[in-house]
Amino acid sequence: MSVGLPLDQIAIQTVNGIVNGMILALVASGLTLIFGIMDVVNFAHGDLVMLGGFSGATALAVTGSFWIALLVAVITIALLGAALQASTLRPLLGRDPLTTILATFGMSLVLQKYAIWQWGPSARNLTAPITGQFSLFYLQYPWYRVATAALAAAIIGGLYAFLKYGRYGIWIRATTQDRLMAQAMGIPVPVVHTVVFAIGAGMAAASGVLFGPLGGVTQTMGADFTLRAFIVVVVGGMGNLGGSILASMFISLLEAYASLVVSPAQAVIVSFVALIVTLLFRPTGLFVPTPK
Amino acid sequence: MLALRDIHAYYAKSHILHGVTIDVGPGEVVGLLGRNGVGKSTTLKTICGLVRPAQGRVEFEGRDVTGWPPHRLPALGIAYVPEDRRIFRLLTVLENLRTGLDRPGVSEARRTELLEKVYHHFPVLRERRSQAGGTLSGGEQQMLAIARAMMLEPKIILLDEPTEGLMPRMVGQIREIIRVLHAEGVAILLVEQNVPLTLEVSSRVYIMEKGVVRHQAAASELRERHDVIRQYLGV
Amino acid sequence: MSRRSTGYWIVFAAIVAALAVAPLVLPPFWQRFVTEILVWGLLAMSSDILIGYTGMVSFGHSAFFGMGMYGAAAALLSVKPPNLWLALLFGLSAAALVAVFVAFFATRLRDIYFAITTLVFSQIFYVIIFTWTEVTGGENGLFFSQPALSIPGIFSMRFSTETLHWFILGVVTCSYLLLRRITQSPFGKVLQAIRENEPRTRAIGYHVERYKMVAVMLSGLFAGAAGVLYAIQNKFAAPDFVFFLISGETVIFNVMGGAGTLVGPVAGAAFFLLLREGVSRFFTEYYLIPVGIIFMLMVIFLPQGLLGFLRRRLNE
Repeated sequence: MSVGLPLDQIAIQTVNGIVNGMILALVASGLTLIFGIMDVVNFAHGDLVMLGGFSGATALAVTGSFWIALLVAVITIALLGAALQASTLRPLLGRDPLTTILATFGMSLVLQKYAIWQWGPSARNLTAPITGQFSLFYLQYPWYRVATAALAAAIIGGLYAFLKYGRYGIWIRATTQDRLMAQAMGIPVPVVHTVVFAIGAGMAAASGVLFGPLGGVTQTMGADFTLRAFIVVVVGGMGNLGGSILASMFISLLEAYASLVVSPAQAVIVSFVALIVTLLFRPTGLFVPTPK
Repeated sequence: MLALRDIHAYYAKSHILHGVTIDVGPGEVVGLLGRNGVGKSTTLKTICGLVRPAQGRVEFEGRDVTGWPPHRLPALGIAYVPEDRRIFRLLTVLENLRTGLDRPGVSEARRTELLEKVYHHFPVLRERRSQAGGTLSGGEQQMLAIARAMMLEPKIILLDEPTEGLMPRMVGQIREIIRVLHAEGVAILLVEQNVPLTLEVSSRVYIMEKGVVRHQAAASELRERHDVIRQYLGV
Repeated sequence: MSRRSTGYWIVFAAIVAALAVAPLVLPPFWQRFVTEILVWGLLAMSSDILIGYTGMVSFGHSAFFGMGMYGAAAALLSVKPPNLWLALLFGLSAAALVAVFVAFFATRLRDIYFAITTLVFSQIFYVIIFTWTEVTGGENGLFFSQPALSIPGIFSMRFSTETLHWFILGVVTCSYLLLRRITQSPFGKVLQAIRENEPRTRAIGYHVERYKMVAVMLSGLFAGAAGVLYAIQNKFAAPDFVFFLISGETVIFNVMGGAGTLVGPVAGAAFFLLLREGVSRFFTEYYLIPVGIIFMLMVIFLPQGLLGFLRRRLNE
């Protein structure tokens, strides 16, 4: 009977936590971006992840290339997101934010059922583009997982750079800070909203495809991702991009460690606890410096 | 150039404007005076689309722009400098200016020109160009707000209480910049509590009370009419 | 009594009478259907207290409903012969317990955070019930027999489809009357004031948190009652009913029917269930696609729901 901490298991789970954390961060940053700019809590965000996964699976089957499939999925779902926002959320601009929760909730139902209708009830598998493993302690650890984390980090980094240095980044940041004044300066806010939603949707789709080889693409993954993304966004501070990333890592690491002792289905309770603790003690966000 | 006809506007359930009619000609500096709460700011907000009038028309250069979404107006030549400045606090000074500068149809050369011009009039902005807007003092923020509007190369600037909360020294700077803008042919609709300043820079003045225009006259005339000033403005 | 309220009571009596007569004239499938509408209607009314009257959008009603259901199951499985009143007691207590828990956390949060938290809570309970197989039967749920309508010592009578329907109708009608009394009382007025303008209500001096907690408890209790009724009618309890989708459907009932009216959500439940019946003839299990679209359209164009126009009338 071993005494003390199973260090190698913990190390493996740390890596797993980081990988899952990066994917979750990709989902959560899209969600938090959308919330920050237009006060919309996108209930359907996880379903966009799922649709991304499914379209990616189909594209992969057709083209045989993972990377093309990724691109196709991102573009398709981004366009879908734009269409959804323009048709259902734009009319709700300026209304009680709870109506947007209801609208995106309705969207979620429709998208979920649509996925079942389009792709059937069985899960899809996406083969990883990078095979090959390296030795990590006692395991053969797939390179793909590391690549996924790196790619997700790159996408988030790209988003950050775009927001900070890109020409349209200024428009997005201005609109997030003061929508009315941005309009008064001539920034076409309705278009900015649609584009941001599309970006968020695209990022969600990317997560779905990247996650495919790790966990498969299933009909229920949408609800899972939505739930976790919500928890992350609250723990990280709503509208706070850096916070969501930190919180994603935090939550994923917690769950990874928890799954050493309980089953994965139950490990998710750890995230719930983190949420409750945040709400009780630091409702503006666990990593936000000083709550007002 | 700018015409308001019988504008009625509400804020939630309160009937704020009861039929406001105002004209501003090209290149004119027109003042809008009145006590607190008479609807001066609301009038400006109605012009730039932030408040939708329940009744009445807003016309600009012959075009009916009533109810247009606010983001279409800068392209026509209408710029707005709100009462609380509303600069983008988390954006740098330069980025604030760029929200007005980054328009389609403006060449790179022109942009540099405009930027230089504004730095020339407001040297402090050049100094602080990489600083976040929120770190500027009140007076500097006011400069930034006006400079930002100038980036739009507007035909008319709607100025809402630019001297509010500013030190007397800065009031002089505001006077200067209004003169400069006027010299360049930019029309100004100036809402102010500072009566002397307004009478000095404007050619015509409207006085509002309880949501309507009660009196209008040439500024030169009003300077002598202390009784009118006292009646409507209590000064 | 004013003329307005006599009109109201006439309509009310007519509807109750129609519902009472229903099982006698309808074919078996529709008999059960109407009974189910009543149960879901009760659930919808319970959430209206939170959503419609207090303005707190909650996605957590599946937890209350499910707890009522499993509580009843526990009673019906552990005590022989299965006792109706015990089932009610267990079910309501379980729901109340959960309600206290939720109330404590959730009332400190505003709007969006509250909605997300209730969602998370309902999922917590789902996970617990789904994975605690020894106690809850896990995925398969629990099966049990229907208790008889009995007053110990006096009589005992097994339920027939009709008598069960009348029993449920009785419970639901009494619940409605009780809830109506509550919403029209000063307490109810305060809840509505909180919905309209929470900061001002707080400023006037009302202890908003306390009111919200009571609202959550009330809501949870009646939702639990609905769960008990469902268990009794269908003789099984399953984790599906604790799943978030039930909460979602409850919200749909409220929005479609008209929140803040008590009767609206019941109508919403009926409307949704009828739509589902009708639409699934053509779309089979994909009925949620058109129904979901209808819901979204209603949120955009008819946010006050079908009976929302009655809100002022009914709450005078």
